[in-house]
Amino acid sequence: MNPASLSEYLFASGLLFAIGLAGVIVRRNIIVIFMCLELMLAAANLTLVAFSRSHISEGLPDYDGQVLVFFIITVAAAEVAVGLAIIVALYRSRQTIQVDELTSMKG
Amino acid sequence: MPWLILLLPLASAALIHLGLKRNGTLAAWLATASALATLVLTYLTPSSADPVKFSWATFEGLDITIGLIRDELAMNMMLIVTGVGTLVHLFSLGYMKDDEAKGRYFCGLSLFMFSMTGIVLADNFIMMFIFWELVGLSSYLLIGHWFTKESAADAAKKAFCVNRIGDWGFMVGILMVWAMTGALSFSQMALPEGVPAIMLGVALLCVFCGAVGKSAQAPLHVWLPDAMEGPTPVSALIHAATMVAAGVYMMARFFFSIDGGEHAFSHLAELFPAFSFQTIAWVGGVTSLLAALMATQQNDIKKVLAYSTLSQLGYMVLAVGLLKPDVAMFHLYTHAWFKALLFLGSGAVIYACHHEQDIWKMGGLFKKMPITAITFALGTLALAGFPLTAGFFSKEQILDVAFKQDKALFALVVVVAFLTTFYMGRLFFITFFGKPRTDHAEKAKEVGPLMWLPLALLAIPSILAGYPFVAEAISPLYHHHPFKLFSAAFLASILAFAGGIALAFVLYFNKDEDALANQPVAKLFANKFYVDEFYAWFVKWFINFKASIIAFLDDFIIGGLLVGGFSRITATLGALFNRAQSGSLQTYSYLMAVGIVAVIFITVFM
Amino acid sequence: MPQPLFYLFAILAALGAISMILNRNPVASALSMVGAFVGMAALFIGLHAYLVGIMQILVYAGAIMVLFIFIIMLLDLQPGKPRSLKAASVAAGCVIPVLLLMQVFGVLEQSGWERFEELDLQTAAETRSGKIEESLKEGKLPDTHLIGRTLFGTPETPGYNLPLQIIGVLLLVATVGVVVLSKKGGTESSTTKNESA
Repeated sequence: MNPASLSEYLFASGLLFAIGLAGVIVRRNIIVIFMCLELMLAAANLTLVAFSRSHISEGLPDYDGQVLVFFIITVAAAEVAVGLAIIVALYRSRQTIQVDELTSMKG
Repeated sequence: MPWLILLLPLASAALIHLGLKRNGTLAAWLATASALATLVLTYLTPSSADPVKFSWATFEGLDITIGLIRDELAMNMMLIVTGVGTLVHLFSLGYMKDDEAKGRYFCGLSLFMFSMTGIVLADNFIMMFIFWELVGLSSYLLIGHWFTKESAADAAKKAFCVNRIGDWGFMVGILMVWAMTGALSFSQMALPEGVPAIMLGVALLCVFCGAVGKSAQAPLHVWLPDAMEGPTPVSALIHAATMVAAGVYMMARFFFSIDGGEHAFSHLAELFPAFSFQTIAWVGGVTSLLAALMATQQNDIKKVLAYSTLSQLGYMVLAVGLLKPDVAMFHLYTHAWFKALLFLGSGAVIYACHHEQDIWKMGGLFKKMPITAITFALGTLALAGFPLTAGFFSKEQILDVAFKQDKALFALVVVVAFLTTFYMGRLFFITFFGKPRTDHAEKAKEVGPLMWLPLALLAIPSILAGYPFVAEAISPLYHHHPFKLFSAAFLASILAFAGGIALAFVLYFNKDEDALANQPVAKLFANKFYVDEFYAWFVKWFINFKASIIAFLDDFIIGGLLVGGFSRITATLGALFNRAQSGSLQTYSYLMAVGIVAVIFITVFM
Repeated sequence: MPQPLFYLFAILAALGAISMILNRNPVASALSMVGAFVGMAALFIGLHAYLVGIMQILVYAGAIMVLFIFIIMLLDLQPGKPRSLKAASVAAGCVIPVLLLMQVFGVLEQSGWERFEELDLQTAAETRSGKIEESLKEGKLPDTHLIGRTLFGTPETPGYNLPLQIIGVLLLVATVGVVVLSKKGGTESSTTKNESA
């Protein structure tokens, strides 16, 4: 059986990214929006790993890309922690997590 | 030596201003001494055709020099200035004896002597203009000497402002003359060929503007009567004898230079277009007539003399306009003596009556102050043109010139001569005859020798200055005038005098009130034809008009279009972009995504 | 990874993602997210990135998912009342991702659909030493070792030590930040309360 190609992986990554973007735009629940952001980050990771696999040096994948993925996962974890804390604080003060009710930035 | 003449009064002014302000008496004697020294120096300095000069500012095509001209015209004019000046200084010693600010007063007099000397001796227009302005300044300072009196301060301001109008024209005229002749120096001024006549005429009229301001010709005459708020000796020196004559002197100097020293002035009429010098002549004529009419109904002794000065200056300007600057200068020269005499005489009267100036509150002074009265009478006769006084000779020349050149002006001049006799007779009769009408007049005493001595000294040239043998020696420009008995001018002069004096005698001798005062025409004269009121109204109207234009510009162009416009554009744009700030997170993320897609499209696919 | 398996896991991930954005219930969304992440982890493993794949499952499907559920529980969110979504806004929201996807496809179409090069472990073993060499010679890919080498560096190649330290600091800061944000009656919450009141 044929192994899959780089472009297929990239397309899968793009698809996941687009779905995440659609979720960010359409959904109004801020927690779900946050999940969608995580999905988009993971999609970016997929791209990085796919390029790492594609870029063979001395018969092995280029592990620099995977190191970057490692960093991204770390940052994403921190971001989730802070973001969820912000959501909690927001909920405490506003009693809502619907973004269409948070329009105090309206000019 | 010539520099000394110029700088001596300046040194005196500087010394007084810097060190002697407290010590008024010393300052007074210093100023008087400097005036006397200047007179002596002037007398000793030989006249010469070559000016002494040095270069002051040199530019490409423009060389401004500071130089002293010492020709006959200048040196003899200097004799008048320093002669009258010295006597006025002397008179001031008595008149200003008790003044608190004597130092300041004499400092002003010295400064005036310096500036007037500068005008007379200036060898080019720029230098003359500088001293012209300096004269204006010293006049301002001296009119406003009693600046705590509001009317004096106002009069000083008025004199200054009105003179600015004339000086503006003068400056334009100087520049035009420079543009046409390429020279500012009087000695190099020659008209090149091919200058359009109209330009010449306009330039002449612009230069004349300066004379209109300084010599108080209509319509800028309004400052001179008000200037009588100053001390009387100042009125005598500045506003009768010398400074106001500077305009006439300047015109004479200008014609002199253009003429190139021929002294004939015959071809001036060919050089300048007729409208220019005729305007000058008529301005002079009209001024002299209006002023004489106004003088007939003034009750302030100095105001009468002020209007008579206006009237006589009108004579001189008329003579200038008839292209006889020599005649004008001759009248200037005789007029300086007797007008100074009259002013100083009025000063003596005012002083004796405890600073009372209303002639209806005087009366019967002839017996109380005989010396003053007699000298005053001599001055009056000279001014009225009584035969064989100084004024007679010069006035007869003007009449003659007018008769030869323009009959209408001649008639006008004769009427003015009649009016002159009339109002001077009125003044004299009311002041010196009849019975004393107030306590002050009752108790008046003859003034001290320091004051009557100048009067006596001035009375001599008032009589003698017109005789040809005297005039040839000291008159700036006297040309022997064939004197014809029973000529038209002579007869008119005699008749005008006789008519005027008779009318004045009938109306005013031994009278206690003015029989004419209630006539509407008399009221018009007494109120100076309401010119001041008209100017006040006009200036107010003009300023309001200008202000409304500026307010319009400010409100609509600057406030509405520029400032308001920019702010409105900003506000509109702000309101526009404000819409984008919906506060909706989804809209923001959507727009961001659109941006990303667009960027990818542009960078990858285009 | 063989192509059918790739498609299987890719579709699993995509379905999980779609389910995540379509579910009204946030808990269901969170569970769908786990599905999507598991699918992606499988794709990572298919790319011979075993460590990353495992980490994906551990961190995302484990820790982060639990965190989400935890917060949802904490806030006691009910399944949202059916809120009317405007069809126009949904359509607009979908158009842009579709456009983005078409652009990606366009780019990939230009670069072609090349296969991955096969890994050559034996050749790689020649330049390595120690455990890595042994593993490689046995035909196994010691990617944890290799990532470690890359991360911490070898005498020949500089590693990512400084970024690693900085990431550590970042985590610390995030931890402190979370503590501050969660403190009840903290300055932020009190001021926002005042404002809303």
